[in-house]
Parts: sequence; structure tokens; C-alpha cells
Amino acid sequence: MNAETKIERKAKKLGLKERYGHLTRGLGWETTYQPMDKVFPFASYEGIKIHDWDAFEDPFRLTMDAYWKYQAEKERKLYAVIDSFAQNNGQMKITDARYVNALKIFLTGVSPLEYLAHRGYAHVGRHFVGAGPRVACQMQAIDELRHAQTQMHTISHYNKFFDGLQDPRHMFDRVWYLSVPKSFFEDAMTAGPFEFLTAISFSFEYVLTNLLFVPFMSGAAYNGDMATVTFGFSAQSDESRHMTLGLEIIKFMLEQDPENVPIVQRWIDKWFWRGYRLLSIVAMMMDYMLPKRVMSWAEAWGIYFEEAGGALFEDLARYGITTPKYADVASKEKDRLTHEVWSTFYNYTHAAAFHTWIPNDDELDWLSEKYPETFDQLYRPRFEHWRALQEKGERFYNNSLPQLCNVCQIPMVFTEPDDPTKLCLRNSEYEGDKYHFCSDGCKDIFDYEPKKYIQSWLPVHQIYQGNCGGSTMPEVLDWYGIKNGSDNLDYEGSPDQAVWNEWTKSAHKAVG
Amino acid sequence: MAVASIAHYEFPAKDRVENFHGNQLVYLHWEDHLMFCAPVAFPLPPTMSFRGMIENVLTPAYSPHPDFEKIDWAAVRWTLDDVVVEPEWERSLAENKVGHKSLLRFITPGLEGIDGKHF
Repeated sequence: MNAETKIERKAKKLGLKERYGHLTRGLGWETTYQPMDKVFPFASYEGIKIHDWDAFEDPFRLTMDAYWKYQAEKERKLYAVIDSFAQNNGQMKITDARYVNALKIFLTGVSPLEYLAHRGYAHVGRHFVGAGPRVACQMQAIDELRHAQTQMHTISHYNKFFDGLQDPRHMFDRVWYLSVPKSFFEDAMTAGPFEFLTAISFSFEYVLTNLLFVPFMSGAAYNGDMATVTFGFSAQSDESRHMTLGLEIIKFMLEQDPENVPIVQRWIDKWFWRGYRLLSIVAMMMDYMLPKRVMSWAEAWGIYFEEAGGALFEDLARYGITTPKYADVASKEKDRLTHEVWSTFYNYTHAAAFHTWIPNDDELDWLSEKYPETFDQLYRPRFEHWRALQEKGERFYNNSLPQLCNVCQIPMVFTEPDDPTKLCLRNSEYEGDKYHFCSDGCKDIFDYEPKKYIQSWLPVHQIYQGNCGGSTMPEVLDWYGIKNGSDNLDYEGSPDQAVWNEWTKSAHKAVG
Repeated sequence: MAVASIAHYEFPAKDRVENFHGNQLVYLHWEDHLMFCAPVAFPLPPTMSFRGMIENVLTPAYSPHPDFEKIDWAAVRWTLDDVVVEPEWERSLAENKVGHKSLLRFITPGLEGIDGKHF
């Protein structure tokens, strides 16, 4: 081999950009047998105008080579940690068995969303005209499917020892409070491709994602759950790529045509509000369900939305985009949200696939310290009253079914922005029927597209229409797949508590 | 625009009254008593009397609260779908204009929850 051929071979080696070009070659073709709008029917009906699809370049294109290599490495590491977690009885090293209830919510409420994200991205990946967004969405679809799988594999270890984790997919489609995440995602998936990306990639993954990761992954780390920490790390590098897609697609729409701006703004307003309402269950977890707390919801909202989100929307101001409507209401709610939501699950624990409890004295004091303006005045007395009842053997359960918001599907538990003692109850009339909402944010969403939301599958109404297994509580629980007496009811007296107490006793004996 | 859709989109409302087997949905809310975290929902026949609803539906739902037995029913103030009303107890829900998915709120003067904490 002489020097000349060496130089030739080197020159033939393709750069990253060229390799990506070859990988995606021909994906953005112009059709000839059929008109383009018949092949891509979803590309235009939302009113978004795109003049140059090539202006969107896949933000992941330069990392594509590294992507395959890193994903394979991450998988190997993840499954090695899962093995070692199982072999070393990792479930016994968590702070307290109450913590596992956060995993039950994650597995039944979040992991099925990862799967829906996979489907959603695969769908919009098919329906975008430009090759750039199509490839980015298809790659993300693969990631999301992987997230659903790794989460189920990781958390399934806990299923051997604790209740409520046995059938997350079945529960996701049926259990009343899981209609909240389900309706959130199905609303996005039944919108057009640009609204889907605004909803999921931008509003949820870019703007609100830290409020999901801090409680779940940092919460797992603080509470000794190394299995969850590992899938969190494994997913996190994907998430940063997904966030990039979220921001890029927003900028792409805004740069393509000024008429896109009001449409995008309306979607940002809508999906900020829906995403924020969805996070209320996560917020509750931060303040009530982690035996070792990371930070309060109010602190997290301050850092991750008011500060970080504030800076983001300052950046987007040059396109004419403003801070989402009702962000001020979310800030007004930050000192009360978690107490209201935990009280709701305390009311209805008999119909949930996880346990609730009254915070212990140290936890009540932590809440007083974190919420000096509201906790002792409004919420501590509730918990003290309920605790007194519980000590008399009269644990309070609300035996009536709640009125639900027609949009977010959460029971109407939120209070007036300026008065935490009065419920915020809104309604609209459409074609002679009444519809009810928990907030002005949800009412606005309905009023703009009533035909969509008159189709909402509201669990309470479905029970009363006779579509949920029967008219009695045992029949409905059976239809949900919830085992009465073990998956539900208070943590105090549950089989989870009994098994945990037994383990910790034997661990002390072994040490001492 | 009532919906953004790729094609004609026309479906009947999922919760129309015909789907409730002769009943209609009624929501009840006791102001200042957030021990019950949200208003409560019931499927009731429109022919049920207002008194029947108080005795057979509202009372079992709310009587676990210690304020309940202190209620002076003559002093209770009612709103029906945000309008102040004075229900006639012997007449039916329909005659009292309580319709499908109506929200009936009641305020009990002097009773604002345990220790006046709206709970």
C-alpha cells in the first residue's frame, strides 16, 4: 500500500453530516402517483404554515453515531444494576415501605404514558412532510418504547414483595384517577402533529420535565431506591435530546410564518395548563410520599417554573410568545396544591391502587416549615382531626363519588386562586348540556374545542352509566383490578406495612 | 370552530341524560366543609322530591361531619347552577328546576367546618 492510496481512502471517509445524509436519504421525497396532501393529510389542517421543511434540521443528527453506541452501553449497565438489585434484596434498603407507593403511581400513571409517547411519535413521524422532523420523531419513538420497557423491568422487582403493581396496563385504562394522565396523552395524540409536539415535546418535556424528574429520580436516590435511580440516569440523556426537539420545533413553527404565532401561543397556554394539572399528583408525592424529602413542591415550582420558565419565555418573547396564560394561578396555588390533592386521595384511598396515611409529627412539622403561610392555618387541623378519628378506629373515607372536571378529569378539589377556603367551580353550556371545570384554564380549553371534550370518558359518569363492572364498590374495584384489602385502604394495617415491619424486625435481630 | 379536525366530526355527547337509565346526574356541594374534598355526584330520578334527596342522598353523604347535626335547615341558603334559589322540599327535583348535571350548593350560616377552618 503506497502513500497515495492511503490519502485516497482517508478522503473517502464520510463526515458525520454526510453519514446522516445517507441514513435519511430519500425520506423527504415528493410524491408523484398521489398528491402530497393526500399522502400527508395531517400536515396542514391545524393551520400551521410551513414554507420550507428543510429549514428544520434534526437536532440529533450530529450525535446519531454516538447514539447507537451509548444506548447499547446504557442497556448493559441498566440490566447489570437490576440484577444486582435483585440479588442483594434491594427492596429492603429503601427508607420505608411507604415510599413504594410512589413507584405504584409511577408504574400505573407514567410508564403507560411512555408507551403512548412511543405511539404518538411514531404517528407524527409518519405524517410530517420534512425528513428532519420525521427522523427526529421516529428516533424519539424508539426511545419512548425503551423507557416503557426499562421502567417495567426495573419496578417489577418490587412487585414480588408489595401490592398494587400487578397489572399497570389494565389499571391505566380503567382506574378513575389514572384517567387523568390517560386523557392528557390521548388529548395530545388525537390532536394534529404540530399540536402533539407542542404538547409533549415542548410544554411537557421542555418546560415541565424537571418537575417530574426531581421528585421521581432525586426522590428515588434520597430514599435508597437504586433501581429507579438507574433507569432515571439511563433515560436522562434521552430526555435532553427530546427537550432539544421540543424547543427546535417551536422555533421552527415560529420562524416559518408570523401567522403561526397565535396558534402556537394557544397551544402553549393549553398544554401548560394541562401539564401543570397532571403534575399535581407528582407534587403531592414530593410533599407527602417520600419518607426523605428532596424539596417542597412550592420550592420546586419556584426554581423550575418561575425562574427557569421565566428565562425561557423571556427568550421566546422575540417571536411574540408570552408566558403561558394562568401561570400566575399556578403560582398562587403552590402553597396549597399538595395538601388539597393528598386530602383527595385520603378521601378516596379505598378506591386507589396505593395506600395513603396521615403524616407523622416530624412530617407535619416539615410541612409547617415549608408552608408557613397556609399549613398550620388550614391543613394541619385536617390531618389532626383525621388522625384522632383513625385512633378511635373510625378512619374517614368519603363514600360518595366526586364531581370531576370535564377537561383534566381531576375531582373538583382545587380552590379559588384568591381564596383557599372556597372551591373553584366553573361551568359552560354547550348544545343544551352543562359541563363543569376545576379552573378557568380547563374551562378555556373546553370552550375552544367543545366537540372534542363532550366525548370525555369521565370515570364517575361511566360508573353511573353502568359501564364499569357493576354498581357496587366491590364490583367496580374488581373491574379495576384492585384487590380489596391489600392494594387499597390506609397504609396503617396494610399487608405492605406488615411485611415491612417483619423485615425490619429481622434485620435488627440479625444486626443486634 | 368547535373542534380542529381533519374531517367531519360529529358525535353525541358521552354524558347525555339518555345514557343514565332514567336518572339524571346531580352534584351537591356543602360550602366551607372541605373534609369532603370535592362536590359529590349522584344519579337521581328527576321525579325524586327535594326532601327525598335531602333525606336519602345528601344526609348519608354528609352526616359523618360533626357539623351536620347542627344544621338549621330553615337557615340554609341554596344556589342552583350559581343562582340563589329557595327550593320547595315537597316538590320534585324537576319542578325545582334541578336538571341533568346541575350543581346544588348549600351554605350553612354559622357553620364553617371544624374550628371554623372550612373543613
